[in-house]
Amino acid sequence: MNILYDERVDGALPAVDQAELLQALRSALPDLEVLHREEDLKPYECDGLSAYRTVPLLVVLPERLEQVQTLLKLCHQRGVPVVARGAGTGLSGGALPLAKGILLVMARFNRILEVNPQGRYARVQPGVRNLAISQAAAPHGMYYAPDPSSQIACSIGGNVAENAGGVHCLKYGLTVHNLLKVDILTVEGEHLTLGSDALDSPGFDLLALFTGSEGMLGIVTEVTVKLLPKPQVARVLLASFDSVEDAGRAVAEIIAAGIIPGGLEMMDNLAIRAAEDFIHAGYPVDAAAILLCELDGVEADVHDDCERVAAVLTQAGAREVRLACDEAERVRFWAGRKNAFPAVGRISPDYYCMDGTIPRRELPRVLKGISDLSSEYGLRVANVFHAGDGNMHPLILFDANLPGELERAEAIGGKILELCVAVGGSITGEHGVGREKINQMCAQFNSDEITLFHAVKAAFDPQGLLNPGKNIPTLHRCAEFGAMHVHHGQLPFPDLERF
Amino acid sequence: MSMDRDISQALLEQVNQALNQGTPLRIQGSNSKAMLGNPVTDEVLDTRSHRGIVSYDPTELVLTARAGTPLRDIEAALHAAGQMLPCEPPHLGPEATLGGMVAAGLSGPRRPWAGSVRDYVLGTRVITGHGKLLRFGGEVMKNVAGYDVSRLMAGSFGCLGLLTEVSLKVLPRPRECLSLRLPMGCHQALEALAEWGQQPLPISAACHDGDALYLRLEGGEGSVRSARQRLGGETLDSGFWSDLREQRLAFFNDPAPLWRLSLPNATGELHLPGRQLIDWGGAQRWLKSSAPAQAIRDQVAKVGGHATCYAPGAASSPPLPAALMRYHRALKQQLDPQGVFNPGRLYPDL
Repeated sequence: MNILYDERVDGALPAVDQAELLQALRSALPDLEVLHREEDLKPYECDGLSAYRTVPLLVVLPERLEQVQTLLKLCHQRGVPVVARGAGTGLSGGALPLAKGILLVMARFNRILEVNPQGRYARVQPGVRNLAISQAAAPHGMYYAPDPSSQIACSIGGNVAENAGGVHCLKYGLTVHNLLKVDILTVEGEHLTLGSDALDSPGFDLLALFTGSEGMLGIVTEVTVKLLPKPQVARVLLASFDSVEDAGRAVAEIIAAGIIPGGLEMMDNLAIRAAEDFIHAGYPVDAAAILLCELDGVEADVHDDCERVAAVLTQAGAREVRLACDEAERVRFWAGRKNAFPAVGRISPDYYCMDGTIPRRELPRVLKGISDLSSEYGLRVANVFHAGDGNMHPLILFDANLPGELERAEAIGGKILELCVAVGGSITGEHGVGREKINQMCAQFNSDEITLFHAVKAAFDPQGLLNPGKNIPTLHRCAEFGAMHVHHGQLPFPDLERF
Repeated sequence: MSMDRDISQALLEQVNQALNQGTPLRIQGSNSKAMLGNPVTDEVLDTRSHRGIVSYDPTELVLTARAGTPLRDIEAALHAAGQMLPCEPPHLGPEATLGGMVAAGLSGPRRPWAGSVRDYVLGTRVITGHGKLLRFGGEVMKNVAGYDVSRLMAGSFGCLGLLTEVSLKVLPRPRECLSLRLPMGCHQALEALAEWGQQPLPISAACHDGDALYLRLEGGEGSVRSARQRLGGETLDSGFWSDLREQRLAFFNDPAPLWRLSLPNATGELHLPGRQLIDWGGAQRWLKSSAPAQAIRDQVAKVGGHATCYAPGAASSPPLPAALMRYHRALKQQLDPQGVFNPGRLYPDL
C-alpha cells in the first residue's frame, strides 16, 4: 500500500493554483523568499527518509516570525496545507512535502537567544542545531542532554516536533523531559506560550501534548531547553557474549543492581562485524552480541559502579569485559556504535532503519521473530539496540535496484513493528510515525483511540491544514490497510502471550 | 492483595449512564487534594474500588496499577524491590490514590532534579467523554506513536477523562542518602543554590525556612561523602523531607491561606506580605499570606512565575492568557463534549 499521500484514503486536499498562491504570497510578503521553480523545489522533495519523495507546491524560507505569522494566516484563509520542516534529518518522513501544500522551512531561525547558566536554561530559535546548544553551554560546564545521532545536523524545532531521543534516554529522558517552554504559532497564526520559565505551568500540560506532535498542532517558533551540569567523568565497558539472551539478561541484572547507566547499547553479530570492518573499534567479531555500558557522574561513584557492572556482566556470562583504558579508547568504543548505520550501509546497497520499542524481557523472543522473518523474506537484518530503554533499531539490508526488494524491505519492516506491538511495545520510540509508519498506527491503536487523536487535532486545527496525512491515519486508511481486526488481544503472532 | 479488583466495566457503565442522563460526575479517590481547584458538587464517581498493582517488574523499571490503588501500597511494593517514585508525590492524606496523584500532578522535594509526575507517566487507560475505555502510551520507556495523551492527563484534574490505569517509570533508590542543615540567611542560600545548580553535585532536595538551608544528598557513597565534606553543616533526620512534602512542618500551621509559588530557577528573594518557605532549591516557595490574591499573583508574574492557592474556590488556579484559555476550551469540548468530567474543577468554564 502506497505511503505517499493518497487523497482517496487520506482525505481530499483543496486544489490550489500555484501561480495564484505565489502571487498572493508575493503581495502579502514581498521580502519572503519563496521557491517555486521545479529545479529549486526538487532538493526539498524528501527529508531523512529519502525512499519517499514528493515535490512541494512551494517552499518558503522565512527569516522573521512576522513572516511566518502572516504566511499562516494567509494559508488558513485560503485553505492551503502547510508542512513544517527543520533541518530535514527526520527518519520517518514527518517533513515529507505535499504536492498541494507549502513547505515551511524554519532552518533560518538559527540564533541562540540566551544561555543562562544560573537559571539552567538556554533559549533558542527552532532552527538551532541540537549540538550547537551544548556547544554554547560548554563554557559554563553545562550541556543539553538529548543527543539524537543526527545531533550535528538536526534542529531543536524538529527535536520538539518528534520528541527526539538518543543514546542517553534511560537516565536523562527524551526531549519532553528536557524542555521548559515552547512558543508556537497556531494554524491561525496566533502566538501561544506552552510551559513557562518555572518548572510547571497552570492548566493542561499542552507542552507535553505538543512535544512529539509532528507539526500537526502548531509551528514551533522558540524553545527554552533545560541545561544540566556536565558529568565529571564518563567510562565505558565493552562486554562480549556468546548469545543475545545472555546479553539481554545482563542488561536486566545491571538494572536490578540499582544502576542506571548513562548509556547501554547492544549490537548483534552482523552489526558488530559491519562496524568493526568500518571503524576498527576493537569489537570482538566472533561475539553473538556486545554490550556497551557507559557510566557517568562523579568520579568516585563511577569508579564503584564500573566495578559493580563488571562483576554483574561476568556473572551474567560475558566471556570478556573490557573497560576503556583512556578517553581515546572510550571514543573508539562509541564510534563503532555511533557509526553502525553507515557501517551497515557499506555492506549493503540500501538499508531501512526501524525504530520499535519493546519491554526488554521480550528481547530474545523478538530477536528470534526478526530472525525468522529475515529467513522468510530473504533479507538480512542487523540489530542495534538502545538496550537500556528497550528501543530497537533493526536495519533491514536490501538493494533497491533489484526488483521487488524495496517492497520486501517495507513488508518485513511492517511485520517487525507489528511484532513489537504484539509483545506490548510500540512502533516508534524516537523517530516518529511521520508518513513511514502511518499504516502500523492501525495495529497499535484501535479506531476509537485514533478517533480521539483526531479530536485532539480538531481542537487546534479543525480544518486539518497543518501537516495533513502524518502521524495519525484516517479510519479509512486503517480499514484499507486491513489492520483494525488485529488490534489488542487479536494480534498476529498467535503464539505470543498477551498482557 | 485481596482487595485488588478490576471494576473498569462498572466505571464505564457509570460514565455512560452519566452521559445518557446528562449528569456530570465528580471523580474522586480519597479526596486528599480537595483543597485544590474549585469544589465540584456533582454525583461522585469513586475510583477506590478499582485498585491493585497490575504488573510490576523491577528490572523493567515499570509499574502499572489501577487508579484507585493507594499510593502507600505502590510505594511499599517499590520499597521492597529497592525502588521508588522519583517525583516523590505528596499524599496529603493517608488514603491518597495513584489516580489522584496523576490527576493532580503534584511533585515533591526531588522534583527539580528528578522530574515531575508527568515525566514518569508512560501510559494510561482512560474512560473518555465519548464513553470509551481507551489505552494510550504503554509500558515502554520510549513511545512516540500518536499524540502524548497520557502525559496530557497528568495535572488535568480529571477534566479530560477518567484515568483507570497508569503505567509509571520507576527508578532504583539511591545507594546513599544524607540530609544536612546549614544555618544561613535566605539571600545567601539562594545564591549558593544558584551556583551549586551549575555543578555536578548530588543534591536531591533543598529547602530554606528563614534560618537555615536544608539539603538532601543522594547518590553513590563517594559522591555523597565528598559533597558532605565540601558543604559542611550538621546532619539532619531524613524525616524532614516527608514532613515538608506532606505539609507537616510547623510553618504550615499558620492559619493564613497557603499559596504555592512556582518560579524560575535562580529567582532571588521575593518580598510579599506573610511568611515564606523555600522548596525545590528556590523554584517553589510556600507562602502563608492573607494578602489579596491579585497582589500575590501580580508580584509572582513579574518574575515569570505563577501562584496557586491551596484553598478551594474560584481563586485557586492561576488564570490563563485568553488565547491559551480558548484552546483549553476547545480541547475540553473535543474530549469531553458533554462536560461530564469534573466541570469547573480547574477553571469555571472547563
